[in-house]
Amino acid sequence: MIATLARSKRLAQQPPVSRNAGDKRYRILETQMKRHQFKQDALIEVLHKAQELFGFLDNDLMTFVAQQLKLPPSRVFGVATFYHFFNLKPKGAHSCVVCMGTACYVKGADKVVAALERYAGIRAGDTTPDGKFSLATARCIGACGIAPAVVYDGVVTARQTPETSLAMVKGWLEHGS
Amino acid sequence: MAAKTLTIDGQMISAEENQTVLQAARDHDIPIPTLCHLEGVADVGACRLCLVEIAGTPKLLPACVTRVAEGMVVTTNSERLRNYRRMILELLFAERNHPCAVCVSNGHCELQALAMNHGMDHVRFEYRHPRLELDLSHRLFGMDHNRCILCSRCVRVCWTIEGAGTKSVAGRGAASRIVTDLNQPWGESTTCTACGKCVQSCPTGALFYKGATVGEMQRDRDKLEYIVTAREKQQWIV
Repeated sequence: MIATLARSKRLAQQPPVSRNAGDKRYRILETQMKRHQFKQDALIEVLHKAQELFGFLDNDLMTFVAQQLKLPPSRVFGVATFYHFFNLKPKGAHSCVVCMGTACYVKGADKVVAALERYAGIRAGDTTPDGKFSLATARCIGACGIAPAVVYDGVVTARQTPETSLAMVKGWLEHGS
Repeated sequence: MAAKTLTIDGQMISAEENQTVLQAARDHDIPIPTLCHLEGVADVGACRLCLVEIAGTPKLLPACVTRVAEGMVVTTNSERLRNYRRMILELLFAERNHPCAVCVSNGHCELQALAMNHGMDHVRFEYRHPRLELDLSHRLFGMDHNRCILCSRCVRVCWTIEGAGTKSVAGRGAASRIVTDLNQPWGESTTCTACGKCVQSCPTGALFYKGATVGEMQRDRDKLEYIVTAREKQQWIV
């Protein structure tokens, strides 16, 4: 019993970084944590950097952050899921962000979201299983004059309707272009 | 320690200066309904049931996190407060699934008791009927998210009394959930010590001992108070 306890303790303490020794990103992330003196209240900054490096936060990465900052995993998971900025799944090849600010909403952004959700078979905030397309919503993106605004792969597009947005997204999903 | 004198429901009382309005009221047997408050654990003011009126401020303030002040005039029971409290309870019932008749905590549930005490005979809001899972992966305990009211008592006992930090609130708004570790099944948690304090703390039927059936889930809240008193005061009051 004592032997198994000792072994499992050693395993738990072994940071995942050694498993990812070849991955330079873990070292960059560690440098970032060092810059914050491994302070626990730097969790959000560290998660920002982690997402910048990896694109999303998977369980291994969150475990790594938890161990390095000496925080329970549940705290890291709680913070990562509280903020919309953090993604726990990889983003799709194409992204579409529908502004749901007041002006855009009044001008029918909800209908655009509903049409896209129905077409792609996913809920806003999710990515299609084939990893081609991510649908997200945002609060005001500051483009109220062209409401409803939709951001397709980083390009802000004016006055969208369910039809125009479907035409745009159909191209991505059907031809992959 | 300096004492503060204040009026609660027309009764002049004195309280220690770092006491909360709730503590002062309870010391004088003035009832204030609570749900997220748990003796011995830090308060968060999450459930809003302990809202009271304080003369001079138009806002209602949660008694559990409001400190007493000299000359404070507090009202704990008014038509306005009763309305709000009933509304809060209705919203809690509408948010998830609370069919008392088939619940493990039927008859021993704080939410049920409060609803009865406040004359909540129906819910004016549309039920959301979310389909939430049941986590039965732990060897001793079960968690039914359908009954959870997100009071975060289990999270706080896990962090502050047990110190394991296994449970946390994840997500936000209506999508909030209680999670263990990185949202793993409870049984696979590497941090859980299976101490059962969360089960003792739960006000509803969300956390239960495996094998408990309808109405069988009774909690021994004194256990928690016993531990807290022992820790803080080095007094083992058996």
